[in-house]
Amino acid sequence: MKISREDVLRVAELAYLDLGEAELQTYRAQIDEILEYIGKLNELDTSKVEPMAQVLSDDQTADATLREDLIVPCAVAEDVLKHAPDPEPPYFRVPKVIER
Amino acid sequence: MKEVKEVKDGNARGSCGVHLGASLKTEQREHMTANWTIDGVREALAVKKFSARELAADFYQRIETQNPELNAFLTLSPERARRQTDRIDALVAEGKPLPPLAGVPVAVKDVISTRGIKTTCGSKILQNYVPPYDATAVERLEAAGAVILGKTNCDEFAMGSSNENSAYGPVKNPLARDRVPGGSSGGSAAVVAAGLAVASLGTDTGGSIRQPGSFCGIPAMMGSYGRVSRYGLIAFASSLDRIGPFATNVKDVAAILKVIAGRDPHDSTSTTAPVPDYRADLGKPVKGLRLGIPKEYFAEGMDVGVRKKIEAGIEVFKKLGCQLVDIRMQHTDYAIATYYIIATAEASSNLARYDGVRYGLRVDDDSLLAMYRKTRGAGFGAEVKRRIVLGTYVLSAGYYEAYYLKGQKVRSLIAQDFRDAFTKVDAILTPTSPVPPFKLGERTDDPLQMYLADIYTVTGSLAGVPGISVPCGKIDGKLPVGLQIFGAAFAEARVLQLAHAFEQAGGATV
Repeated sequence: MKISREDVLRVAELAYLDLGEAELQTYRAQIDEILEYIGKLNELDTSKVEPMAQVLSDDQTADATLREDLIVPCAVAEDVLKHAPDPEPPYFRVPKVIER
Repeated sequence: MKEVKEVKDGNARGSCGVHLGASLKTEQREHMTANWTIDGVREALAVKKFSARELAADFYQRIETQNPELNAFLTLSPERARRQTDRIDALVAEGKPLPPLAGVPVAVKDVISTRGIKTTCGSKILQNYVPPYDATAVERLEAAGAVILGKTNCDEFAMGSSNENSAYGPVKNPLARDRVPGGSSGGSAAVVAAGLAVASLGTDTGGSIRQPGSFCGIPAMMGSYGRVSRYGLIAFASSLDRIGPFATNVKDVAAILKVIAGRDPHDSTSTTAPVPDYRADLGKPVKGLRLGIPKEYFAEGMDVGVRKKIEAGIEVFKKLGCQLVDIRMQHTDYAIATYYIIATAEASSNLARYDGVRYGLRVDDDSLLAMYRKTRGAGFGAEVKRRIVLGTYVLSAGYYEAYYLKGQKVRSLIAQDFRDAFTKVDAILTPTSPVPPFKLGERTDDPLQMYLADIYTVTGSLAGVPGISVPCGKIDGKLPVGLQIFGAAFAEARVLQLAHAFEQAGGATV
C-alpha cells in the first residue's frame, strides 16, 4: 500500500478540502493504484538528469522576463466586488479570524 | 427583418430564446457548401449574400434546436454577438476592408475568461463567476472580427478525457450520440463538428484539444508552449496549459492560430518569436520531408480499428512522397506517470485560489478554515478533488523528491527524446488516441484507465512541442480516428503544411 487513510486525511487538511467518509475511502484506493503505477518511474536512473524547471529553452524565452515597472490604470475593483460571495465594499467579508 | 428581441447573455440549457432577427433563407444557406469556412463567410459577407447578423442568427437558431440534446454550449452571448455583428455589418456597408475573421461565428471553451460572460470552468465552484476581463486570445479573436456565440462545456477545470467530469452534465458526440466527444474540450469540438460554430477555442494540457478533435472528426491544434498567450485562461497546470483552435479544415485552423498567437506582455511565458502567416506554406509540396514513426506509439494497447486507419493514413504520406523513418522515443512509456505527477502538483497549487472569499461559491461557517474546507469540499467535483489530493501528496514533505522531482527529471528525458528525434526527422506521426470515441459512462469508474488513454498526447504536452490531430478515416464508417502530427518547437507552419497536404489527399476518408 502506497498511501494510507491517515495520509489522505493529512493531505486533505493541507489542501483545505472536506472529504466525506465514502470519498476518503474511494480516493485512497484510487490514488493508491495511481501511485503504484507512477512507481514505474523508479525503473529509470535519473541521478545525472537535471529536472525540467521550465519548458522554453533560453533562446526561446521572452526577452521580457523583466519589464519596465509601469503604472497602468485598473478600474475593475467595483466589478470584482460585485461578484464576490460576501462583499462589503471596498472589502471582502470573511468569518472572524482573530479571537478577542 | 423581425424586431430584434433583447436577450440578456445567459444560460444555454433548455430553450435559450435567442433572437438576433431573421436568420438565413434557404436559398441563402444553399449558397454555402456543407461546411462553413472562414473564407466562405468573408466572401459571402463582402458580396452581401447575407449580413453578419443574419448569419449569427442562423447559428443561434440551430443551436437552439440542437443544443438541448448535445449540451455542448453552457452559456450563449447573443448581446455581445450582436454588438460584434453590427460592427462587421457597418464595415461591409461602408465598403471598408474586412478583418481576417470577419463575421465568423466562434465558440470559446468555458475555462477561458470572457468579460461580462459567465465563465464556469465546468465547475460548481464558479457557477456564477463573471470575469471582469477578456483573455488575450478572446480579445484577439474579436479584434480580428470573429463573433463569439457563447461558451462551451468541458471537463471541470479541464480535467478529464471524456467531458463527463463537467458539473453541468456530459456532452454528446454529434457523430455518435451514445458516445463521448472526448475531453476536456468536448464542447468546443462538438459545436464545430455539429455545425453550431465555424471554429472554436479549446485548451490542451495533456491532449484536451487533440483528443476531442480526433473523437469528433475535425482538425484541432495545440501550438508550441509559449506560442499563444495564456492570459485569461483559468489555470489548471501552468507549465502545460495551452490555448488552441478547432475548425472544420486545416486552413481555418491555421488562420485562427495566426490571429491568437504572439507575444503578450500579460503572459511572461509567451514568446517574442515572430508569428509567420501559417497559411502561406499550405499547398507547398511535402515531397521528400522526413516523417518519424516512433515504434513506441504502435505498441500493444491500440484498438485494431484505430491501427488500421493510422496505417492507411501513413500510406497517404508515403504516396505524397514523404520519407518514412522508423525512430525510437524510448521514454514514451513513462509519460503518463510523469504527466499525472506534474499536472496534479500544479493543479493543487493553482486551485488553492478557490477559497470562497473573492469569487465563486461560498459555504458559510463561523470559522474561516472550516469555511474554506466546506466551500472546496462542496464546490469541486470528484475528479478535481482526486487530483488535488494526489497533487498535494506528491508535493508534500517527504514525498517531493520521490515523486515531483523524479517527475521533473523524467520530463527532461521525454523532452530530450523529442529534440533527438527532430535532428533526424521533420515531423512525427502517431495516433491521437489509442481508442475511438467510447460510450458515455463506460469508463467513469476507473480513473487510471481513463488516464492511460492519454498516452499518445501527453508526451508532446510535456515536451512543449506543437501538435495537431487531423481526421484519418472512420471505423466502420462511423467512429472517427485522428492522426497526430508533432513538430519541433515553433515549427507550427511545418505541422500545418503536412496536415493540409494530408487533408487535401483525402486523409479524412482513408
